[in-house]
Amino acid sequence: MVAATVFFYLFSVLAVASAVMVITARNPVHSVLFLILCFFNAAGLFILMGAEFLAMILVVVYVGAVAVLFLFVVMMLDVDFVKLREGLASYLPVGGVIGLIVLVELALVFGTWTISPEALKATAAPAVAGVTNTEALGQVLYTKYFYYFQAAGLVLLVAMVGAIVLTLRQKEGVKRQSISAQVARTPATAVEIRKVEPGQGI
Amino acid sequence: MAELALFIGLILLQSVALLTALLIVVSFLIYFDRKVWAAVQMRRGPNVVGPFGLLQSFADLLKFVFKEVIIPDGANKGVFVLAPMVTAILALAAWAVVPINDGWAIADINVGILYLFALSSLGVYGVIMGGWASNSKYPFLAALRSAAQMVSYEVSIGFVIITVLLCAGTLNLSGIVMSQQTGLGTMLGLPNSFLDWYFLPLFPMFIIFFISALAETNRPPFDLVEAESELVAGHMVEYSSTPYLLFMLGEYVAITLMCAMTTVLFLGGWLPLVDIPVLNWLPGVFWFMLKLVFVFFMFAMVKAIVPRYRYDQLMRLGWKVFLPISLAWVAITAGVLVSFGWLPS
Repeated sequence: MVAATVFFYLFSVLAVASAVMVITARNPVHSVLFLILCFFNAAGLFILMGAEFLAMILVVVYVGAVAVLFLFVVMMLDVDFVKLREGLASYLPVGGVIGLIVLVELALVFGTWTISPEALKATAAPAVAGVTNTEALGQVLYTKYFYYFQAAGLVLLVAMVGAIVLTLRQKEGVKRQSISAQVARTPATAVEIRKVEPGQGI
Repeated sequence: MAELALFIGLILLQSVALLTALLIVVSFLIYFDRKVWAAVQMRRGPNVVGPFGLLQSFADLLKFVFKEVIIPDGANKGVFVLAPMVTAILALAAWAVVPINDGWAIADINVGILYLFALSSLGVYGVIMGGWASNSKYPFLAALRSAAQMVSYEVSIGFVIITVLLCAGTLNLSGIVMSQQTGLGTMLGLPNSFLDWYFLPLFPMFIIFFISALAETNRPPFDLVEAESELVAGHMVEYSSTPYLLFMLGEYVAITLMCAMTTVLFLGGWLPLVDIPVLNWLPGVFWFMLKLVFVFFMFAMVKAIVPRYRYDQLMRLGWKVFLPISLAWVAITAGVLVSFGWLPS
């Protein structure tokens, strides 16, 4: 258990430190790289909790795909930091007031937060021996939560269709490659054989 | 505490043994790659250092290590140095779960295949970070290309893995290999043979996986990241000496890893060709290496024979050809398994 404790503190400290670096780093690309480090440490914490499937999915989805696209976009941005800081003095009071209001609200909400004794009874049952957590997740995800799972997929599909519709433009006069037409070409349609007499040309 | 120290020491020892063996194998695979390439082009290839040029890779290693490390003035130094390390470390770390023989994996984890998929999809970071940190146009263009290319082909690799998982019923790599002991060959009356392996019932997926693996590791014909006629050397233009060596090493280890993944998923891992005496006396490591080298030979032949794809053709192949086919095959496989009652329990 000593190792688990050591790793827990290692991952948590690194996760919090990198999360702080995400919002304090000057360079946005560095911010994204720290965000990736944060994801990694979160995955490490999942593994310590025995949720290896979630840990791997976190790395595959967030680090392998989402963060790559973040990095892709941030790298291409031409951010002028001097210009960004110009309006700081005029925005600071408004931003500060809003931040203060949110802080007070959070304090009010969480200050009066109590856990009902009913909720404690509803906590998850301990893992059944011999069932890996991938199996366990699959068994509830595709039976009990089937409709929610499908609905979540549908929401993503609609978002994807929306993004494609927004960016798809059909331009007139653009020459496109038609692979099927190229593959379907035969010598009969593509080659013309002529007998050329010397010194005459075609 | 003593038990813990022993446990950690054992794992460290195993890792060092695996990495040493792996790096030696990779150095000879690089030599093999160059020899195959040379033979196809009717050249001799490396033949000066050592007998038949066998020590060429080691000479190259020394050459890279003894050169001066040059970091460009405008480069983002931290990220610039980090990028090749990320490439090499990710490629090497993935080997922790690869079962080379029955029970011969350093970490025989439940979600081995997901771990491999995750780490191979992270390979893109080395390229992106190197390309951006170099602060130069060619590497940057290479990084942009690679980001789009690797993310595209990951999708079809993911679906191919899902079809294999449907047939195997486990995410554990050793389990996937063991599940290939019975299958089509057993039904045809030739149990425990190469006909049982998944490459036969899932043949289209095998081909898609092979081609996607080429694209994922930036091998020719999909080496648009470092297309020398357009981008000089892509993301590695500004790199020299040891950082460059780490990039090259990471790339070749990743290629070897993809060969190992093909072996485990489709070619029955350490299982012998046919389970008869003489053949099954040979150790599993031998069969694993034989299959790995065979897949690597195919990689080398593709590099030598096939011309480079154009970028829009690459994208078309990934999104319009492989994605629909692999998605359809997932549905077909699941349907067949359920309707014939072949689902693994």
